[in-house]
Amino acid sequence: MPRPEVMDWLRKQFFPHLWCPGCGHGIILHAILRALIDSGKKREETVIASGIGCSSRMPGYIDACTVHTTHGRSLAFATGIKLSNPDLTVVDVMGDGDCAAIGGNHFIHACRRNINITAVVMNNNIYGMTGGQASPTTPLGAKATTAPYGSIEPPFDICQLAQGAGATYVARATIANPVLCEKYIKNGIEHKGFSVVEVISSCHTQFGRRNKRRTPLDNLNFLKTASVQLAKASSMSEEELEGKIIIGEFVRKEIPEYTEGYEKLIEAVGGSKV
Amino acid sequence: MKNEINFWQGNVALAHGALAAGCRFFGGYPITPSSEIAEVMAEELPKLNGRFIQMEDEIAGIAAAIGASMTGRKSMTATSGPGFSLKQENLGLAYMAEIPLVVVDVMRGGPSTGLPTSISQQDVMQARWGTHGDHATIAYAPSSVQECYETAIKAFNMAERFRQPVLIMSDEVLGHMRERVTIQKDIMPQIINRKRPAVDPDEFKPYKPDDKDNLPPMASFGDGYRWHITGLTHNEWGFPTNDPAEIEKKTRRLMDKVNAYRDEIVEYETESIDDAEILVVSYGSVARTALSAVRMARKKGLKAGFFRLVTLWPFPDREIENIAEKSRVILVPELNYGQMVLETERAAHGKARVVPYNLVNGELFKPEEILEKIEEVG
Repeated sequence: MPRPEVMDWLRKQFFPHLWCPGCGHGIILHAILRALIDSGKKREETVIASGIGCSSRMPGYIDACTVHTTHGRSLAFATGIKLSNPDLTVVDVMGDGDCAAIGGNHFIHACRRNINITAVVMNNNIYGMTGGQASPTTPLGAKATTAPYGSIEPPFDICQLAQGAGATYVARATIANPVLCEKYIKNGIEHKGFSVVEVISSCHTQFGRRNKRRTPLDNLNFLKTASVQLAKASSMSEEELEGKIIIGEFVRKEIPEYTEGYEKLIEAVGGSKV
Repeated sequence: MKNEINFWQGNVALAHGALAAGCRFFGGYPITPSSEIAEVMAEELPKLNGRFIQMEDEIAGIAAAIGASMTGRKSMTATSGPGFSLKQENLGLAYMAEIPLVVVDVMRGGPSTGLPTSISQQDVMQARWGTHGDHATIAYAPSSVQECYETAIKAFNMAERFRQPVLIMSDEVLGHMRERVTIQKDIMPQIINRKRPAVDPDEFKPYKPDDKDNLPPMASFGDGYRWHITGLTHNEWGFPTNDPAEIEKKTRRLMDKVNAYRDEIVEYETESIDDAEILVVSYGSVARTALSAVRMARKKGLKAGFFRLVTLWPFPDREIENIAEKSRVILVPELNYGQMVLETERAAHGKARVVPYNLVNGELFKPEEILEKIEEVG
């Protein structure tokens, strides 16, 4: 059972949740709640935003200020919320389709703007809710209902994308290591700036069964064996890293944060006296 | 106190009207011919402790504005045709989630990129039906620069009162035309702010309307209430539902909350209609030309009347029907292939002959052209 404080953050009336038994997203939900609690956040001052998809049903289960928006657009809504009221803690939960496909533009610009929002990207390499279609993170060769002969598109590396676009905290963990998930999400929440925590999740229902990982356990075992710590990965060759998942903190830097910049602007033009 | 006199473009007046209404957030994206609205907001909002943000696209512009409104700020976005198309998705979310918002469309020629620097009135049906699904629309069509200022205030009042987006359908001529704008200093405009919940946070149902007015109060993120907002069809608690009774209730209320106040919302202007045999129904910049034409026709002894739609939506259908009973012909000049003429025809119920008059060449009618048409159909 989760800690009593975690139970306080849940809308318990909606359990059991709609995710398939064995879905990785529940592990991430728990990690986010532990991270928020350990960072001392209050429910009425915390906004959880999401887009559309399996991952995006998460806010419905969290007893805070929650907003389930349109597909891929949640970061744009979250940006308006955070700029309008910078005292709020804003966590944006999204899937790989949300983040890297339909919401790709919003994602890179949120990274560039360095607004103090934590994006938790639940990457399960597939469109789960709509029935297992290929996503921008479906690995080359993996099968999906819209890639029945195997995907021929190279996938995005979300952490590299975030780093390239200017995010000031970027980390990756997997659901096979919930403690690390929690740690990175907490670091992201406490970091002043735009944080991206990619959590490699699993979807045995839509991805696994077409790609030789039929059970939840198959997926956990895969994530455990495929994960390589960043420190170790830096001494490995490209061939050795083939098919591996590099986990760790890729970026952690301080640059001026967007809402603070805007507050300074208001101060400079005399708006703070209004 | 001395009144403030300005010589403003319609876009500038509209932005200042929004500020006077209490707008303190603007999210947008540059597009001709609406960009001056964003530019005024970028300059003025920080001085008023407001927030301006230029987003990465039109979709994000409206999303940020809706997000800001969730925290209690009066918010606006402004655009033109191509951007108005892009905003339809999140406009739908604001209708469904019942978030107050003002959206300005400074109409230019279309479809697609069309005529970025020329006038049209081709988006008026999109204003009504642009986003998918049933929803009630409140859309204004100002026709002077002074009215741009006043309409912005009115639009915010309606958005706050009815907890939904309100559209201002301006046009390229109006947006860029300069006219005198008088801001009265001794009479403050009436400002409506959204209703706040009176119950404890644990009892707050964000979509439960009050019995007395059938309109639900709204909390803000950050003011102590925890609640859920979703684009999924939801119950009074704001949580998704598959219960047919709850779905029916929600969907109907989205329409009924505006329909019930239809008589208070509908606005129109008339001149010389008492004995009018030929009624000219127009809106926006065209109404200026139409009024001149009607006056010229009167001088010539023709029994012409003038009817201007101030609200495009809700459409003043009962009022048109009443006048149709007394007139022979209703002429509807529009800068499109014939959009509001369809609604006029529906309202007239065959009681008068309804004649479209359309110009789709990027220009505005000349008074003489409408006069000629009045003579022709009369």
